[in-house]
Amino acid sequence: MTSVAEHARDVRARGLTPVWACSAVAFLVVSLAIGVLSGPVDLGVGSVLESAGARLHLPGVSTSLSPTEEAILWEIRVPRVMLAALVGAMLAVAGATYQGVFRNPLADPYLLGVAAGAGLGATIAIAYLPDGLRGQRMLPVAAFVGGSVAVFLTYAVGRSARRERDAATLVLAGVTVTAFFTAWQTFVQQQNSETLQEVYSWILGNIPSTGWSDVVLVLPYIGVAVVVILALRRVIDVLNLGDDEAASLGVDVRRVRLALVVAATLGTAAAVAVTGLIGFVGIIVPHTIRLLTGVGYRALLPLSVVVGAGFLVLADVVARTVLAPAEIPLGVVTAFFGAPFFALVLRTTRGGTS
Amino acid sequence: MIGLSGVTVELGGRPVVDSVEAAVERGEWLALIGPNGAGKTTLLRAIARLVPFRGDISLAGRPSLELSRAELGRLVAVVPQEPSTPPWMTVAEYVLLGRTPHLGLLAKEGARDRDAAARALARLGLLPFVARRLGTLSGGEKQRVVVARALAQEASIVLLDEPTAALDIGHQQQALDLLDVLRQESGLTLVAAMHDLTLAAQYADRMLLLDGGRVVADGSPVDVLTEATIAEHYGAAIDVVDVGGRIAVIPRRPG
Repeated sequence: MTSVAEHARDVRARGLTPVWACSAVAFLVVSLAIGVLSGPVDLGVGSVLESAGARLHLPGVSTSLSPTEEAILWEIRVPRVMLAALVGAMLAVAGATYQGVFRNPLADPYLLGVAAGAGLGATIAIAYLPDGLRGQRMLPVAAFVGGSVAVFLTYAVGRSARRERDAATLVLAGVTVTAFFTAWQTFVQQQNSETLQEVYSWILGNIPSTGWSDVVLVLPYIGVAVVVILALRRVIDVLNLGDDEAASLGVDVRRVRLALVVAATLGTAAAVAVTGLIGFVGIIVPHTIRLLTGVGYRALLPLSVVVGAGFLVLADVVARTVLAPAEIPLGVVTAFFGAPFFALVLRTTRGGTS
Repeated sequence: MIGLSGVTVELGGRPVVDSVEAAVERGEWLALIGPNGAGKTTLLRAIARLVPFRGDISLAGRPSLELSRAELGRLVAVVPQEPSTPPWMTVAEYVLLGRTPHLGLLAKEGARDRDAAARALARLGLLPFVARRLGTLSGGEKQRVVVARALAQEASIVLLDEPTAALDIGHQQQALDLLDVLRQESGLTLVAAMHDLTLAAQYADRMLLLDGGRVVADGSPVDVLTEATIAEHYGAAIDVVDVGGRIAVIPRRPG
């Protein structure tokens, strides 16, 4: 049996290889740097590094930035980049999770109606809740409730309609639910025209420059969601074999799927609550990683977190620099690149599993 | 090893498996035979607890409903008729999935799991294939990989649904010979739904003939495969011939 024992070393699942892990982290670091350095005020690499060193109390380092520049860097740019990174990580990993759990390569928080449902929840919160309650704490809760209802409806409609396993059916169900929730949201919005501007800019999707408060607001939700999803990443590979086979391999399919869908929906809803509707990140990022590496979910999910963070930071840089000083809505930027990419994925998908 | 008592499965209000009584001994090879729609696959799914049933099913002396999913997975492995084989997955990754019932929900495979997978791969002559993607394998190779996954599961009961349906006659023999060797070496209990009666008669100790969800014959191949029973339950005209102590079923052109 020695030869078998020797071979046992080769019998392993491809986890995160150092090359891909380092490439993903390098991409994120470069993206964060570009994000922090781009903007109407040119701060310069050296000064930013000095300022960071001073903040970390490195001996002999003092900042050369003026107080105004310090404020721009630490109260506007860094929190905005952090928020973009958090939201990007969440949307990408949620997309990959939905794709694994529903065994559907076209699943994405935006296309499954989660975003529209969260949008309706948030709009109702903005329009109807009294000012005191409306404050930021209720917004993610309302968005989560709306998002959960939407993803449940999408799944139910898709299930009732599909005769065979077909990737497009679930997306069509998502489109249906999205249309319904969007109509409802528009109605609520028209009834409450004084909030129109607030709601409208929210719908288009933007990373707000509101300092650290939004970062602090979403961090716990996204943190918990990402931890849950990454902890269960091996099981998602098992779920990918289908319900029956996963069950016969000892997985309690309903419970695991519920945990994953709740985590992905909670995180997405929290992200959507502060940034509005940003589509296609959950399609672009996981599929690009799949094309490049061909790995299973156990490696795909952590890579999606890192690359998704970098991707949305870069997309946000595009959104705020292309027409500077005006900003393009971030949702417009991601859709501009995402829709053609979606078409490409659709072309290479033959109505089956991912 | 497996005890079935009054097992009934209803799908859409219609009993697909109806009051099945049977017992399977440790190390036995039981073939489930019967015409299309007789309930063979559904009975296998009930034993694996993949479909709700009435009646009692006991596995290794314990009621199946009292077992957790993971315990059930350590006891019963399933080789489905059309297993899902994601093309991007490597053979090693796929066979390691067989270790899932031995792992906690959050755990990773350890050295013991890799050993078990390597042994299963070695038994099926698949060690040279470990790094290959499933999408690059032939039908026969895929079938072996699925069996290797079931072996890596180290379950004492293996349920097979038409294990040879997709294989040519040479690969059919190889696959069934291999299962028979594994059964003898490891004391596996095999329950296989099979369409090919001659092949089933070559390998199975016992046959359970189902028709309309009910057991209509239970016994050795010689007892079950008679011209009269086949004519009655399959509506087929056949000759049963004895070839060196094993029986073969030969279709006869009517008229």
